[in-house]
Amino acid sequence: MNLIVVLFLIFGLLLFTGGAVGIIRMPDFYSRLHPAGKLDTIGILAMVIGLALFNLKHFGLAEVLLSCKMLLIVFFVFLASPTATHSIVDAGLRAGLRHWTKKDGR
Amino acid sequence: MTFFFLFISLFLCFLMLFSLYRAIFGPTVLDRFIGVNAIGSKTVILLLLIGFIYQRVDMFVDIALAYAFLNFIAVLAASRYFNKRKGLYEESTLE
Repeated sequence: MNLIVVLFLIFGLLLFTGGAVGIIRMPDFYSRLHPAGKLDTIGILAMVIGLALFNLKHFGLAEVLLSCKMLLIVFFVFLASPTATHSIVDAGLRAGLRHWTKKDGR
Repeated sequence: MTFFFLFISLFLCFLMLFSLYRAIFGPTVLDRFIGVNAIGSKTVILLLLIGFIYQRVDMFVDIALAYAFLNFIAVLAASRYFNKRKGLYEESTLE
């Protein structure tokens, strides 16, 4: 049981690392949104599933309720994070921010 | 297991420094929003891990849920505020 929890946490941490490195290294604003919006969402999913499984080790009604609350966080993030990403892109497009092309260099 | 949770929390704090770099030195205002949003999504997990370390998960779950709401509302309100507004980017990226 503990091995599954550790594997989920390591997987989530790997995705968070990819998102952080992608935010640093991508060349412009629109391409930086890709690791920020995608990898953080799936990282939260993996880490919360691992923590909810660890919480269910002593089985009882209160622990089941607590794990359901943790999965509620994931459900809310899955609704909110694409909305926030779309809203930021919309603000950038309406302000006339130019996207990166290959001749700009890094 | 508490030691492992402590290690994961410290690594998440180390990853926040990368996002903090983007939030401080970002060339446009929207890049700073991306950095702040990434810090917030890491903080939700960090609050759950702190709850497991102190063995008060029933309290920290509610704080994490409220923080997820607050992060979403902050980014949404800020991006609506900067909608169709001049001065969002520096002149060098506009050419």
